[in-house]
Amino acid sequence: MKGLAQKLGIAVLGATFAYSASTAKAAAPEYGGTLNIVVGSKIPSYDGHIESTFGMIHPIRPFYSLLIRENPDNPASPTDFVCDLCVGDVPKGTEGGTKYTFKIRTGVKFHDGTPLTSADIKATFDKIVNPPEGIASNRKAYFKMVESITTPDAETLVFKLKHPSGTFIPSVAMPFNFVYSKKDLDTHGLKWHQKNINGTGAFSFVEHVQGSHVKGKKYASYHHKGRPYLDSYTALAAPKMSVRLQAIRGGRADIEFRGFPPKARDDLVKALGDKIKVQESDWNCVLLATPNHEVKPFDDPRVRKALTLSIDRMSGSKYLSNIAIVKTPGGIVFPSHPMATPMSELQANIAGYGKDVNASRAEAKKLLQEAGQSGLKFTFLNRGVDQPYKIVGTWLLGQWKKAGMKVDQVVKPTTPFYASLRKKGDFDVSVDFNCQSIVNPIADVSKFLPTAGNNYANFEDAELVSIYDEMLKAGTEAEQKPLLRKYEKRVLNDLASQAITLWWYKINPHRSYVKGWKIAPSHYLNQSLDNIWIDSAEKKRQGVM
Amino acid sequence: MATSELPNDEFVLPKQKTIWDNILRMLRRQPLGSAGAVVIILMAFAAVFAESIAPFDPELENFEYMLSPPGTVHEDTGKVFYFGTDSFGRDQLSRMIYGARTALLVGFTASFCGAFLGLILGVASAYFGGYIDLVLQRVCDVFMAFPLIIMALAIVSIFGTGVEMVIIAITIPFIPNCARVVRSSALALKGLPYIDAARSVGYGHVRIIMRHMVPNVMAPFLIMLTAFVGQAILTEASLSYLGMGVQEPTAAWGLMLQGGAEEYAESAPWVPIWPGVAITLAVFGFNLFGDAVRDVLDPKLRSQT
Repeated sequence: MKGLAQKLGIAVLGATFAYSASTAKAAAPEYGGTLNIVVGSKIPSYDGHIESTFGMIHPIRPFYSLLIRENPDNPASPTDFVCDLCVGDVPKGTEGGTKYTFKIRTGVKFHDGTPLTSADIKATFDKIVNPPEGIASNRKAYFKMVESITTPDAETLVFKLKHPSGTFIPSVAMPFNFVYSKKDLDTHGLKWHQKNINGTGAFSFVEHVQGSHVKGKKYASYHHKGRPYLDSYTALAAPKMSVRLQAIRGGRADIEFRGFPPKARDDLVKALGDKIKVQESDWNCVLLATPNHEVKPFDDPRVRKALTLSIDRMSGSKYLSNIAIVKTPGGIVFPSHPMATPMSELQANIAGYGKDVNASRAEAKKLLQEAGQSGLKFTFLNRGVDQPYKIVGTWLLGQWKKAGMKVDQVVKPTTPFYASLRKKGDFDVSVDFNCQSIVNPIADVSKFLPTAGNNYANFEDAELVSIYDEMLKAGTEAEQKPLLRKYEKRVLNDLASQAITLWWYKINPHRSYVKGWKIAPSHYLNQSLDNIWIDSAEKKRQGVM
Repeated sequence: MATSELPNDEFVLPKQKTIWDNILRMLRRQPLGSAGAVVIILMAFAAVFAESIAPFDPELENFEYMLSPPGTVHEDTGKVFYFGTDSFGRDQLSRMIYGARTALLVGFTASFCGAFLGLILGVASAYFGGYIDLVLQRVCDVFMAFPLIIMALAIVSIFGTGVEMVIIAITIPFIPNCARVVRSSALALKGLPYIDAARSVGYGHVRIIMRHMVPNVMAPFLIMLTAFVGQAILTEASLSYLGMGVQEPTAAWGLMLQGGAEEYAESAPWVPIWPGVAITLAVFGFNLFGDAVRDVLDPKLRSQT
């Protein structure tokens, strides 16, 4: 096995080296060509403001622009944002961090020819921040700090905040904040974009054949001059992973943006060698084990603490990363963000992160005994999705078994799974996840608030809410950091209200003739496709038509 | 009265047949059925004595040995992973042995429950006739309109997964299948004089059905029963393969196949091969045995063998 792993490692390195060598020779982007993407999920609607799935983002995002976005040349950085429809640098807060003034690009036109002004962006954010009764907005909660949005002139947009907030700029940069035309919103209504597309993105809409594909063609008047490089793109629907994998292997598709498990990467590299390039990154997505505090004995913090103490995250990271799309151990904040707690601090302060897993498990057994729950039996609710849910779930059962617990697993398809979490509450301990797009630590950790709509642990804790409120009002990172540590300790250690397992790990193997795209810490990010180009000579060499 | 006596040496009772004689006779007359029986006996043995036979705890994760090939030795215990390990480092052989328990539990429970309920419904439907027969048979038509796996999938989608749910999901489609076959045999019995005689002496419906009709439809019932076991094992494996059946960490062949077929078919072929072989052998064994039972119980076929 080790030999095979070594060979595969060498193959990956070889492919990467070969790719680097080829890019060194031909670094200038080329124009032309069609990018074929495979997408593993359906498009519920075209409206980014109400959707949360990559099934919509991957095929639809290239039709739209954002006010600001992650830096497409440095998407790995969770703090590097650049203007898309604004000009200059991303503005800093003035008036004590409560006012953000954006200067809007001129000469930008929607695909139907309508010129873009600040009024369009205001109309867009009005829909997101203050939607009228009956209009959904999935990210409304992220903009609670916004007091008003005004447009002093056609090229200026001003956000006035109720208080300074470090979450504001990352929230504005979220890839779902598609900028719509005010004319469309006024003429056709606020639901028109669910079934219609008119943006200012790098590509204009050609067709969508349900269950088959979405096609876009180059928008000649795109506001980033010289881009996009591609003539067109096609997003092919392929719900089964094996189909997506074979599509890339056979040259039918060039790239898949969500990510493949390690085994699939190894198979592709083994089969295609230097025809494949692999990009990998930590993923702003983490799996949790959420006990239902309303069900005995999980109302007892000792029992909940025993659950997290039993998990060997370090060995889990080492071994599970070979078979699942998880890798990095960490706390509640995306591990690569400057606000995240370093591992040494987690090991010192948080239950279940210690270096000696045997000591942790002994403590878990002791806690269970004290709680009168030796040999605890319970049922673990899991979601019927292989990667990474079922694999991590099976691993967790093994971890708990090693601490003397007897755990059965119930796996439910997505809809009944959510029904159990959200409505019925008929679970002992459930798998849960916190997946975000832009890394926005303060907003991301709101998931752990007992008042959060997506916290399924069913508990109350005034102290946690109070720490979070303090954190929201803290204007600088320096002020936020200690509060964040306190909040994290309260969640993971004192209350043990939820247990973090492992952070996801994104693996994107793609044909090596696909150039210009850089992996980001989320599968929602860097999807405008305006920086991607096809190396035609390399494509020809690979025999892909 | 004059009597004639046979000489003593000609008045010899036939030699009592031993169990070995019967086994030899079966081997000679039904060699394929015997092979099926051997497979079933081996499965049953593995299922009953799994704790003693299995070299490892089937649920024990040994990540240091993940995807180890057959023959790898566990350094701490010196035990051998004869069939290799899966992606969690669990011993494949131990999971195969415990998987036989799951297969037989689901196979026997679902087929017995399904066939027995079908027997009662089928005989009752034939016996009462009229409106009851009409309604019962139309209900059977509805259920039989769906292929077994589709019906089972629909049931687990509604009621959830797990061993109990899988048994229920497989039992329900079996009921109308057995009822339909049994009904056709029972219809022939219904008009026979001994049933009329039972009615005329005032026997109750239950007594007539249970004591006079059911014993006489045992041949088709037993044939259906043995055929159902193989089908149930296959359906359980299919549901587990589709992620809708038995769930981890329970050892089940379909589940083992699901965890390995797509991803490890090339790099670690022992992961999907062993459970695949086990499913094939089990289904083949029950089908061969079922055919033999049919041959033995069917008078026409019996004369040919």
